[in-house]
This record gives sequence, structure tokens and C-alpha cells, in this order.
Amino acid sequence: MLTTLSKGSTIPILTITAAIIVFWYACVVWLNAPFERDQAERANAEITFSQILSKTMEQKRPVLPAPHQVIVEIWNTTVMKNVTSKRSLVYHAWITLSSTLLGFAFGTLLGIALAVGIVHSQTLDKSLMPWIITSQTIPILAIAPMIIVVLNAVGIQGLLPKAFISMYLSFFPVAVGMVKGLRSPDIMQLDLMHTYNASKAQLFWKLRWPSSIPFLFTSLKVAIAASLVGAIVGELPTGAISGLGARLLAGSYYGQTIQIWSALFMAAFLAATLVWLVGVIDRRVLKQMGMAQ
Amino acid sequence: MNKTEKMTTPVIQTDKLSLTFETNDGPVHALSDIDLTINEGEFVSFIGPSGCGKTTLLRVIADLEQPTGGEITVEGGTPREARLNRAYGYVFQAAGLYPWRTIEKNIALPLEVMGLSKQEQQERIARNLALVDLDGFEKKYPWQLSGGMQQRASIARALAVEPDMLLMDEPFGALDEIVRDHLNEQLLLLWAKTKKTVVFVTHSIPEAVFLSTRIVVMSPRPGRIHEIIDCDLGDERPLEIRETTKFLEIAHQVREGLRLGHSYDE
Ligand SMILES: Nc1ncnc2c1ncn2[C@@H]1O[C@H](COP(=O)(O)OP(=O)(O)O)[C@@H](O)[C@H]1O
Ligand SMILES: [Mg+2]
Repeated sequence: MLTTLSKGSTIPILTITAAIIVFWYACVVWLNAPFERDQAERANAEITFSQILSKTMEQKRPVLPAPHQVIVEIWNTTVMKNVTSKRSLVYHAWITLSSTLLGFAFGTLLGIALAVGIVHSQTLDKSLMPWIITSQTIPILAIAPMIIVVLNAVGIQGLLPKAFISMYLSFFPVAVGMVKGLRSPDIMQLDLMHTYNASKAQLFWKLRWPSSIPFLFTSLKVAIAASLVGAIVGELPTGAISGLGARLLAGSYYGQTIQIWSALFMAAFLAATLVWLVGVIDRRVLKQMGMAQ
Repeated sequence: MNKTEKMTTPVIQTDKLSLTFETNDGPVHALSDIDLTINEGEFVSFIGPSGCGKTTLLRVIADLEQPTGGEITVEGGTPREARLNRAYGYVFQAAGLYPWRTIEKNIALPLEVMGLSKQEQQERIARNLALVDLDGFEKKYPWQLSGGMQQRASIARALAVEPDMLLMDEPFGALDEIVRDHLNEQLLLLWAKTKKTVVFVTHSIPEAVFLSTRIVVMSPRPGRIHEIIDCDLGDERPLEIRETTKFLEIAHQVREGLRLGHSYDE
């Protein structure tokens, strides 16, 4: 990010950001004004446009909160709160993050295991692949409650059911990417190993696995974002009291739009950070392996 | 063993060897009735237009392709036995070095597969890198080397197995002419030093004449041997030998063979 900024794209980025903010404020006025006009009408009071303008920016439960309201809310619920407090957004983000990471780890392992099976066995290739693809055509919102209820019934609660949903979403890109990666060595490279009379295990560890690493990291960037979505979705049907999903749900119950938007921003920030982190590790590993020039 | 005796021990023998690929467009007769004997210590080149089965023949010798007719023995046994004995080192047109391994680690690859000790690996790496003039490049990654150097590293990798034979499929085909000349000279020196049997695929007439003791001229559809030409230019072959009458005579003979082989089916 720093490098893109320093490469002379600062001005375009700032211009777009400014345009979005202006557009946002315009929408704030437009969406929140009817409420103010209503209020004025009920009180039989005259209201000027400039009054409407200022009032739309400080409603308690606006249809659309103004950017500064969201920023103040985020400030108040992060920096100004103890992180162990139930009112701290950092606390809720941490809850969601922990099931995201757990689900991501499960999903990565499952995805790799499936890919290894598929690459080594034609039977698995034929029998598993259709199921893997089908699994992703079912909307996660439809399965999430089922998973939670079933796991609850067998006594699994808390972090695990949510991580399970993250896994459900994140194993797919890893499996697909790794099948492609493990199959990426060309015929010449396979023939070369054949002339050495290499065993299947040697072929895997010395050729297939290292060849697949760039594919793995590309998939991991998709998978980590999917894991976060899974964790948030997993918090919705449980009636969870903590986590970003719970904040979203509670916010919508009580019409706390500012809370919803700050949870949204926190989720977006978390997603961006996680994807960025995977990217950093990606570059590190490839450099370590000698593949980045 | 003295030299004359050595030159007459057959290492590769084929008898009516044929290979037909069954494809969706019908059978492709890649090899038909190949009768060929290659003796120990020889440098034999296969030359011919593309599609005449040079690669296929080399791959049959290497047990990478199974013949559909005739007989072939490699070092007295089947090609498979020869492969399992690691009788040959195979060099492809592309160097095919692993980008995640340094040059020394690339050369260690077959040695790791063979399960050699670390010390034995180190010795062989050093010896073979010196042989292809790459000492000092152990810790470099492939992308840090030029195309010619990469191909030399891949030759060192093939040699590290310490095979009796080198099977080379247009190893210098992708390189420019200056680098190619240089590598041809080096390959001859290497051959003189190691006394290995070399089977070399090319479609360059000067390259074949410069390197070989015998040249197998092949022709396409079906892939077959048109003519085998002796190339007795002696052991001392400086680059300038390419301007001598003898060299040009043999080159002319090869060119005629290629022309006749080609017009055969037109
Ligand atoms: N795996 C294969 N399947 C089908 N046809 C093949 C295969 N490999 C080679 N061929 C065909 O066999 C013929 C000889 O190929 P090849 O040995 O590669 O020729 P060369 O190396 O002389 O250019 C060609 O017509 C080629 O298309
Ligand atoms: Mg070829």
C-alpha cells in the first residue's frame, strides 16, 4: 500500500476517496431529511433547509449515519473502551477473528487434503469434485443454522460451530487452487522425475508441493476473506451476544444504524488487514524459496 | 579395456522397432522398422525434419515411451531395467531447473532421489559443476543464470547420476548460435573426458557433423531411418574444422540424405 501511494497514485486515490465522502454526505441529507420534515410538521414548526442540513448529520438513529458519526462511534468503542469490555468493538472483532482464524486453519488443511487426494486418485477426482462444487452452490445462510443446531445437539458450542462455517467457505478456494497447483508441473518435469525412478512421495515433496506454493497463497487470500464472512454469518443464527455478527444483528434489532456501520467498517478493516497479511507472508515465503526475483 | 574393443560393445540395439500412437485422428506411425546398434563410447546423432520420430526414439530408449512392435535392448536388458539402473542421464530441450532450488540443489535433486549421503552429494555437485565450467554458481538461483548456463547446469544434473549414457533431445535448440557453438565445443571436451555414450537429437546439420561419430538420418511418415552416415573427423575437433573439405563433404552427404528421405513421400 505504501509503495502504491509513493508511486504517484496518491492524487487519484485521494480524489476518489473525497468523491465517495461527498456522495455519502449527500445521501445522508437525502435519506435522513424526511424524518426531520416529519418532526417539524408534527411540532407545527417551520424548518429551514440549513436546519435540516445540520440535523440530518446528528440523528440518533439515522437511516444512513454520516461518516463523522461512524468515526466517532468507532473511536468511542475502540480507543475509549477497555478491550475486555462487552462494549468494545475490539473485543467483538477479536471474537470474530478467533473463529475466522480457526476456521481458516481447518479450511486450509481440509482443502489441501482434498486436493492431494484428488490429484493422486482418479476415483477421488471423479467422485469428490462434483460434491465439492455442489457444496458451494448452496447458500451459506441456508446451511449455517443447520450446522449450528446440529453441532449444538451433539454438545459442540461456542467457537467451533462458527469456525466450522468459516471452514465450509474457505476450504473451497484452497481445494480448487491446490488441485491446479499440484497439477502445474509440466510433462517434462514429471518425465525427469520418472527417469530418476522417483517414488510417489518424492515426486510429491520434491516437485508437486513446491510447484503449488504460489497457487496456495493465491487461494489463501480468497479463503481468509471467505472465512471472515463465514464467522460473521455464523454469529447471526446463534443469537450470539458477542462478535461483529452479533453487533450487526443487535444493531438492526434496535435500529442502531451507527453501530451497524461501525461494525461493518471494522469487518472491512479486518478483511483488508488479513488479506494484506497473507500477501506479506506470500512474498516472504516466495522470496525465501528463491522464486521472487 | 582398450579403445577399439570399447567401440564395438553394443549398448543400444533395436530390431524392427516400431511405435504407433493411437490418436483421435487415427494411428500415427511415429517409428517404423528401426534397426539400429549404438556401441559404447559412440556419439550418435539423430537428425531429420520435425515429426520424424527423433524424440520418440530417444524416449523409447529412455523407457518414457513403450514400443508397439519389434525389439529393443539397452545395456543388454530392457529399457526399464536400464532406467532403474540409472544407466542414462536425460537432457531436455528446456533446462527445466526448479526455480525454488539453487543450482547446487538442482544438481542434488537426482542424488536425493537416489538416497546418497550428504557428503557424496557434495562431492558429485562440485565435480560436475566443474565439468561444465559452472563452479562458483552453486548458490545462485536459475533465474540468475543465462539460458546457456542453465542448460549447462542441466547437463551437470544429468551427469551427477554418473550414468553410462547421455540422452540429449535438442539440448541447445533454444540457444543462440554463438552460445551453441561454445556449448558444442564444451560437450565434445566433456565427451572426450568422460567417454560416455551420447545419443543426441538435433535438426542442425553442422551441429550433427561437428559432434558425432555417426549420424542417423531419419525421414517422416512413417518415422524411419533413411541412412546412417559415418562421421570420422577424428577426436580433435576445433571449431575451425567446420571449414575443412572433409567436414563439408559429410555435411553435404547428410543434406542429400535429408532431401532424399523427404522427397520419398512427395
Ligand atoms: N504422445 C503422443 N501422442 C500422439 N502422437 C504423438 C505423441 N508424441 C509424438 N507424436 C507424434 O509422433 C510423431 C513423431 O514425433 P516426435 O518423435 O516428437 O518427432 P521429432 O522429435 O522428430 O520432431 C509426430 O507426428 C508426433 O505428432
Ligand atoms: Mg523432438
